[in-house]
Amino acid sequence: MHTQFSVPDADGYYGEFGGAYIPEMLFQNVEQLRTQYRLIMEEESFQKEFNALLKDYVGRPTPLFHAKRLSEKYATTILLKREDLCHTGAHKINNTVGQVLLAQRLGKKRIIAETGAGQHGVATATVCALKGLECIVYMGEKDMQRQEPNVARMRMLGATVIPATSGSKTLKDATNEAIRDWINNPVDTHYIIGSVVGPHPYPDMVARFQSIISKEIQDQLLNEYGVDKPTRVMACVGGGSNAAGAFYHFLDDSEVEIVAVEAAGHGVHSGMSAATTQLGVTGVLHGSKSIVMQTSDGQVVEPHSISAGLDYPGIGPLHAHLFNSGRGIFINATDEEAMKAAFEISQLEGIIPALETAHAFAVLNDMKFDPSDITVICLSGRGDKDLSTYMAELKKQVDHE
Amino acid sequence: MSRIQTLFHRKNTRVLNIYFTAGYPELNSTLAIIAQLEKSGADVIEIGMPYSDPIADGPVIQQSSAKALQNGMSIEVLFTQLSELRSLCSIPVVLMGYMNPVLQYGFEKFCEQASKVGIDGIILPDMPVIEFERVYSPVLKKYGLDMIFLVTPETSEQRVRLLNQCSSGFLYAVSSSSTTGKDKDFSKVEQYLERLLSYRLHNPILVGFGIHNAATFTAATKYAQGAIVGSAFIKWLDEKGATTESIDHFVKNIKGV
Repeated sequence: MHTQFSVPDADGYYGEFGGAYIPEMLFQNVEQLRTQYRLIMEEESFQKEFNALLKDYVGRPTPLFHAKRLSEKYATTILLKREDLCHTGAHKINNTVGQVLLAQRLGKKRIIAETGAGQHGVATATVCALKGLECIVYMGEKDMQRQEPNVARMRMLGATVIPATSGSKTLKDATNEAIRDWINNPVDTHYIIGSVVGPHPYPDMVARFQSIISKEIQDQLLNEYGVDKPTRVMACVGGGSNAAGAFYHFLDDSEVEIVAVEAAGHGVHSGMSAATTQLGVTGVLHGSKSIVMQTSDGQVVEPHSISAGLDYPGIGPLHAHLFNSGRGIFINATDEEAMKAAFEISQLEGIIPALETAHAFAVLNDMKFDPSDITVICLSGRGDKDLSTYMAELKKQVDHE
Repeated sequence: MSRIQTLFHRKNTRVLNIYFTAGYPELNSTLAIIAQLEKSGADVIEIGMPYSDPIADGPVIQQSSAKALQNGMSIEVLFTQLSELRSLCSIPVVLMGYMNPVLQYGFEKFCEQASKVGIDGIILPDMPVIEFERVYSPVLKKYGLDMIFLVTPETSEQRVRLLNQCSSGFLYAVSSSSTTGKDKDFSKVEQYLERLLSYRLHNPILVGFGIHNAATFTAATKYAQGAIVGSAFIKWLDEKGATTESIDHFVKNIKGV
């Protein structure tokens, strides 16, 4: 049986997941987007401007780097897709460039966004500054404290950062506030969702904007390594945008292994975790049907992860389908394992990764590699924003000595 | 004829629907509030089922939901409380909530229980029309429940007609400002309601935003059969308490009697 994993059906469903579960107040905006996004993205002028900005502003293509010391450790070939070298420090900007250009073509004057770690907020504020658009970013109060440098960046770029003070005061609540803003500003505003979540067409649209990652991996493998596909692709997953981008062009080739790494927090069964596929059940969150961490009464629970970008109780419907169908292998790493991996990768390859990204490296010990395997890991972001967390860890290490 | 249809058959102007959150301010205040709302002159009661992520609601209702959840409210608990509903209340009662808790409870079980305790209609703002037509409509019909959809000033005529077709009981006219629970420029509201009126829909229309006193109730019901008061009532309960006197005062004040 041939099933296409990379694109949803006409109603936005990946298997049983997806769709558009939105109040009527959002219908007109989402419908406009649904009917327009493919048409606009396929316009020649759009493609031209999008590709030029990715090249000259974002700095694409990003290198596919052979991590020799890491490869040696596991007696295999490990290649790193260097999304950390994108302007603003993570893959997030691929999507914000695309959506800002799209919003302009839809005649929108005001851009809103939610952010967890702040990377998506910074990327949105950056492109809005470039294009002279008003930018409002909703961010959980708790995340504003733990990601202070990114709050400063957004403000320096001219964005207004509004704290989300309800619920767990993290990404989920920032998303609720952004949705409410959109409801209250139904005409002039575009909402840039930062991940492959939300009502159809967001998961598909964001995946398409991020799919530049796997397109480049494909080209680079062919040109630099003479192969047309890797053995496997690995990425960390919160909502799942860097993973969707890194997997995209390989999803419908069953020979390529897909490995998604979720954040286990203090441990999957500790009650302090964000491993959605392990702990969630089918539900509706932020406009789509997916796997959602919730109580038996259907109340969405507060997740936990050391990395703000993975601290989300849902997962994109594309990933829910990869999990449910068995197409993707879903594993997880704890806070502690991610921290250890962040230090290891820093000292083996001279690359300080974001805490989110470190989760993808934290599971390497548990995996079996063949010497002939080619494993691509999406190095989704750099660790500058996590320096205070890393400094606390360094201090702990010194105190122990 | 359903209880809601009977009501509009008897009365098609100044129908007053009052919303409150189940389990707020106290876990067990639900039934007492219902009984008093009817006694004081409400025509329809809308019970909000609290949810952790109520994106279609404003801050006032969100806070009451959070409090109700803290108090221990759930769909299960609500149905237990409502088992006595029809021994103390004879006016239409509808449940408003979100898809996730209802799916988790089980959609059919939810409809079965709702029907059993005497609920008349369901409002689920995030239910997609396409899913309603495909999956849920026959279940609602089986248990004799009216389904009420929302329309907004941005809803096209074609879609208003579709939503009217999917709805029974009444149509819920909200505005883009409805999550704030705040006033809006009323001339725009008038245009919107006149437009809805001109479609001559088979369902009566209840206006659901910005109504907090006799003047706004009268203005809204000039163009629609009735209105829904939500945030203003929650705020009132918060400030004045859920006593017999305070509820009576609130309802009579809105009705201007």
